[in-house]
Amino acid sequence: MLGADSAVRLTSSEAVLIAGSAGAVDALRQLLPAVPKDARIPVVVVVHLPPNRPSLLPELFAPRCAARVREPQDKEPVSAGTIWFAPSNYHLLLERDRTFSLSVDAPVNFSRPSIDVLFESAADAFGSTLCAVLLTGANQDGSLGASAIRREGGLVIVQDPSTAEAVQMPSAAISRASPQIIASLPEIADLIHQATKAP
Amino acid sequence: MQTAEDLEIRLLLDAIFLRYHYDFRSYSPASLKRRLNVAKLQMGTTTLSGLQDLVLRDPARFAQLLQFVTVQVSDMFRDPSFFAAFREKVVPELFTYPSIRIWVAGCSSGEELYSYAILLREEGLLERTTLYATDINPEALRKAELGLYGIDRVQAFTENHRLAGGKCSLSEYYTAAYGSATFDRTLRKNVVFSDHSLATDSVFAEVQLVSCRNVLIYFDRTLQERALGLMKDSLCRRGFLGLGSKESLMFTEHASAFRDFAAGERWYQRC
Repeated sequence: MLGADSAVRLTSSEAVLIAGSAGAVDALRQLLPAVPKDARIPVVVVVHLPPNRPSLLPELFAPRCAARVREPQDKEPVSAGTIWFAPSNYHLLLERDRTFSLSVDAPVNFSRPSIDVLFESAADAFGSTLCAVLLTGANQDGSLGASAIRREGGLVIVQDPSTAEAVQMPSAAISRASPQIIASLPEIADLIHQATKAP
Repeated sequence: MQTAEDLEIRLLLDAIFLRYHYDFRSYSPASLKRRLNVAKLQMGTTTLSGLQDLVLRDPARFAQLLQFVTVQVSDMFRDPSFFAAFREKVVPELFTYPSIRIWVAGCSSGEELYSYAILLREEGLLERTTLYATDINPEALRKAELGLYGIDRVQAFTENHRLAGGKCSLSEYYTAAYGSATFDRTLRKNVVFSDHSLATDSVFAEVQLVSCRNVLIYFDRTLQERALGLMKDSLCRRGFLGLGSKESLMFTEHASAFRDFAAGERWYQRC
């Protein structure tokens, strides 16, 4: 299923982004344990959450993951070996100097954090060395960002809508961003493992 | 390698500084670029060079651009536990001062300013407090002075106020009419609204408390150091600094000038 070109992109990527909305927490339960303890690159996760309370995702996933799990502070280096979760009620962006930035700009696609905001900043910062995964969700956030990553030469993986709890997000990304890979969650888990494992 | 767009951004920011003395050159690049591109489209140009042409020649267009570049969307009592910590831990310390001065730096349209004013009134301190509310955006300051917010936002404000230990219903503090909530003008009786830039201006008063939340996230490391230096120099000994929930003094050169006061809630105290 994986072409030679995509295989190279996967193992040479410098960051993995994973994003989703409705149903994404369950999907992440299948994906994040695939990231090894000594992950060679950072994994950055955005999930749409209600804005008025702290995200409980780091607490939820820490016991299930071999890699370190946490939320970034503003301007913290995007270091490897870690699964980074976007905090609730902030946009999360990646800078070219490989640090995180946060913003309280207006919601995008009714969402803060917005997937487009992370993906577009990451496309600018990481160029072709990026691997982005878009999961289940009930709105279209992420498809413009996935297009930007595609345009910069990065690898875009979208969950097969027939396996997604909510189809709108993956379907929109497939029609707008022409991802290289459309796959089920077990297949995506394997791809994430390949991208993050030590060589 | 610098792209054409990178150069356009640099030239635009230089031009704005030279023409209008607003300095965005040390803002966090990723979100600034995003906001500039939104402004470009909304203001009807196709390139950032075109945007530069527009704002250089017409101050009204620059005023318009400023609304895109400095737009922040906050809530009253954002992060209620931060305001609960203010009430429970900081207020008892402020009580010891015969008169209190508080600086809300980067107050934007005033959500946070009114949060403090309401808490201070509930704690019986507002009458002897002067609040300095500063921002670089005159339009935002004007909104802050009006104290007028969309009624659709008030439900979230009310819930946050309750979680922050509010002593009565938030509706005691505003009147609702025509889709807006107008906050009680006596809340801002002791507020001084003023144009002030953390990037280019200097210290203007000695204060016992500085609140600067979710403003530093817009600055790069260099400008963060400058801004924190201003706040440090404005604070009296044992004065308080409140930051946003994802901002900290951890990696700054000013860390040693402060001690954790309620660090889980981002309250620091000047040594």
